Amino acid sequence: MAEETPAPKKERVKKKYPMPEQDPKERIHNFNEVPLGQDAETVIKEAERCLQCKRSEKRKICVDGCPVGIDIPAFIRKVKEGDFEGGIKIIKQYNALPAVCGRVCPYENQCEGYCVVGKLKENQPVGIGRMERFLADWEREKGMAKPELPPRKGKKVAVVGAGPAGLTVASDLAKRGYDVTIFEALHAPGGVLIYGIPEFRLPKAIVWAEVEYIRSLGVKLVFDAVVGKTIKMQEIAQEFDAIFVGTGAGLPKWMNIPGENLNGILSANEFLTRTNLMKSYMFPEFDTPNRIGMRVATIGGGNVAMDCARTALRLGAEESWIIYRRSDAELPARREEVHHAKEEGVKFQLLTAPVKYTGDETGYVKKMECCKMRLGEPDASGRCRPIVCEGENFVLDVDIVNIAIGQSPNPIVPQTTPELKTTRWGTIVVDEWQRTSMKGVFAAGDIATGDATVILAMGGGKKAAEGIDRYLSQNEPWPAKEVFDKISSH
Amino acid sequence: MYKVVEKRDLAPGIHLLEIEAPMIAQRAKAGQFIMLMIDDKGERIPLTMADWNPKKGTVTIIALEAGKTTMKLGTVKKGDELRSIVGPLGIETHTQDLGTVACVGGGIGIALMYPTVRAMKQAGNKVLSIMGARTKDLLILEKEITEYSDEVHICTDDGSKGHHGFVSDILKKMLDEKRPIDVVYAVGPIIMMKVIADLTRSYGVKTIVSLNPIMVDGTGMCGSCRVNIDGKTKFGCVDGPDFDGHKVDFQLLIARNKRYLAEEKTAVEKFKKEVA
Ligand SMILES: Cc1cc2nc3c(=O)[nH]c(=O)nc-3n(C[C@H](O)[C@H](O)[C@H](O)COP(=O)(O)OP(=O)(O)OC[C@H]3O[C@@H](n4cnc5c(N)ncnc54)[C@H](O)[C@@H]3O)c2cc1C
Ligand SMILES: Cc1cc2nc3c(=O)[nH]c(=O)nc-3n(C[C@H](O)[C@H](O)[C@H](O)COP(=O)(O)OP(=O)(O)OC[C@H]3O[C@@H](n4cnc5c(N)ncnc54)[C@H](O)[C@@H]3O)c2cc1C
Ligand code: SF4
Ligand code: SF4
Ligand code: FES
Repeated sequence: MAEETPAPKKERVKKKYPMPEQDPKERIHNFNEVPLGQDAETVIKEAERCLQCKRSEKRKICVDGCPVGIDIPAFIRKVKEGDFEGGIKIIKQYNALPAVCGRVCPYENQCEGYCVVGKLKENQPVGIGRMERFLADWEREKGMAKPELPPRKGKKVAVVGAGPAGLTVASDLAKRGYDVTIFEALHAPGGVLIYGIPEFRLPKAIVWAEVEYIRSLGVKLVFDAVVGKTIKMQEIAQEFDAIFVGTGAGLPKWMNIPGENLNGILSANEFLTRTNLMKSYMFPEFDTPNRIGMRVATIGGGNVAMDCARTALRLGAEESWIIYRRSDAELPARREEVHHAKEEGVKFQLLTAPVKYTGDETGYVKKMECCKMRLGEPDASGRCRPIVCEGENFVLDVDIVNIAIGQSPNPIVPQTTPELKTTRWGTIVVDEWQRTSMKGVFAAGDIATGDATVILAMGGGKKAAEGIDRYLSQNEPWPAKEVFDKISSH
Repeated sequence: MYKVVEKRDLAPGIHLLEIEAPMIAQRAKAGQFIMLMIDDKGERIPLTMADWNPKKGTVTIIALEAGKTTMKLGTVKKGDELRSIVGPLGIETHTQDLGTVACVGGGIGIALMYPTVRAMKQAGNKVLSIMGARTKDLLILEKEITEYSDEVHICTDDGSKGHHGFVSDILKKMLDEKRPIDVVYAVGPIIMMKVIADLTRSYGVKTIVSLNPIMVDGTGMCGSCRVNIDGKTKFGCVDGPDFDGHKVDFQLLIARNKRYLAEEKTAVEKFKKEVA
């Protein structure tokens, strides 16, 4: 009897389909985006790697790792069917800035970190981030459709700060029928997306397009408005029914070591703002200068530090160092950024911290004295505490030093609005609905959490939008002052 | 966009612009400044508000040509629109209950000192103004400053008007004559402010200077404007621009303001070629 031949079992594709990238040797001479994006065919094949898992109490899946809870299996199913329109629609129900998140989300610890396929031996997780990026780019290139707006509610909401948190609140509330006005201190929208994250990681045209979409929802943008200076919170409160504060963490931290004010030592914010917002990499076509150093050291190990170190190479540095006080395993930057930095030739001087700078007669930094560190017991954050190794100092020759050791919450709004309770770190105290101690005022993003991520800022923004909707449509009493005292004492 | 409603040249290389910026005009105070950007490719530069009109919704700035951006401001015409103006920034000058104030302004500092002179007078202080310039053509706002001063002293480097010499000579003479001066307010080139601060230190007279570090955002975000006051780092844009002159590390400010000399030269050369 002839045996029926079983249909050949489809071989599992264990690795993500590769993302084409600019050659490192090429890309360090330009500011164009590094990953080039995948084609439709590849993305559909990537979608086929997904197992379409069901969520359960016992089993965590991709969705559990996404701070805004995108229905990932559902959008991947659409991709698999080639229905990109359907796919992007699902994502946009949860995420107003998919082209941004698909590029800068630390997905390896979030959605992809929870992916069931990624847990299989020798397997990489499904490439959720790059699929999200593809869908958003596909939609933008074909032209974004304006969603139908519900009838206007006749209520006005002010949003302070046009970063990811503020943009999310604005778009969510506009879609719910509120009249939204954004007040932004800078002359352009986007917050860190525009002044911090470099063009080669997040092309600014994408941020413009996302902002245009939000504008098409009827959101008004007022630039050059430093709330607290140009207009006070109390004045806004008189004109608007609710206020959202999303002013971010824009205050640079310093180490307060000798020589830190020498020329050539910049906060990461200054270095990146000159380069990105003011486009100094196109000087003198653009007017703002940024001194180009041959030997650039960047202090810190997060995304901001990687951005500085990689930007320095593109501005013409011969050597670009990352100086980080812990080891490779503790680098807080996204793995992909560390990998890209290494590929481009950034040198990592780990377990090292600067102790002193000295300069030349023109006041420019020339040398940086460093100490060596070793790792001790884990501290409160769970990371090993770095300990100075005495007597092992050494000196590096440097022309430019970027300090990228973190940012504190932007102080202007809290300082000029005593009604707003803050923590001892300067963050605005919020409850579970992102309400603050000032009636009708909500806050989220880095100003409420301290410096975090784009998607967390957006997640907070979504919650705030919901909170604002509840506040303006239900007659709930505002929590008492004591509630916020209690939260801040935790 | 911010419309220029008035544009005049007060002297060669000194431009006055009155610009529509209603929100700023509402709350401007003496000693505060704006960040101005001419167009999309422009730099953001700080300029003191020389005057403001809340009713008309305008602010007035007076800029001395120092490099590309201030030269380009000179080419801006009435009716043109500027890309960005942010303000009012910085902490207003303290004017209450001072007594007798000597206001000392050198060069473009005269324009910067005018709103302070006015505010000092309006707050009920006795105001002694000392204004100095290279030559008499550069003595701007003399009439306006005189209107709000109890005394006006003028000097020029070339002797073309008033005292032949420096503003510090006049101040020193006043101090030597033991004239009662409670506070000195000095604004102008860094070196002038340093000379004044060094002078008043030995007489023990409190001295406020208005510093002009290089800025980018003007809102406390970047630290480009760091100055050292009494050994501590401060941000010129949010902690100043006024500081205790006896505590300022002028050497550091001088060095930090030379950070981009080479690039500034490139920008000016390119601009000159473009307008030629
Ligand atoms: C260089 C850099 C790289 C980063 N890389 C990543 C990454 O790869 N992935 C990631 O997830 N996260 C990254 N982050 C972090 C992420 O960008 C932030 O967590 C996120 O932008 C926070 O969003 P936000 O809306 O709270 O604030 P912001 O993005 O900081 O926006 C705040 C906005 O408010 C405005 N503002 C401030 N004060 C006032 C005022 N008084 N009145 C009016 N407006 C005001 C500011 O000008 C700004 O536009 C990076 C951050 C930096 C600096
Ligand atoms: C608070 C404050 C108020 C000021 N008010 C006035 C004013 O009312 N009128 C006036 O004429 N000038 C004023 N200045 C100085 C003015 O900002 C500079 O002359 C101007 O920025 C020069 O720009 P530029 O492109 O023309 O020249 P550049 O060629 O760029 O610079 C010439 C010199 O100006 C200084 N400078 C350059 N860029 C900046 C910058 N972004 N911020 C500050 N200084 C810079 C540097 O010392 C530089 O060497 C003020 C400065 C400050 C900080
Ligand atoms: S938003 Fe971020 S975490 Fe959520 S699915 Fe997209 S890439 Fe993953
Ligand atoms: S966990 Fe991974 S395999 Fe499962 S549905 Fe999510 S993306 Fe697909
Ligand atoms: S100009 Fe950026 S902090 Fe003052």
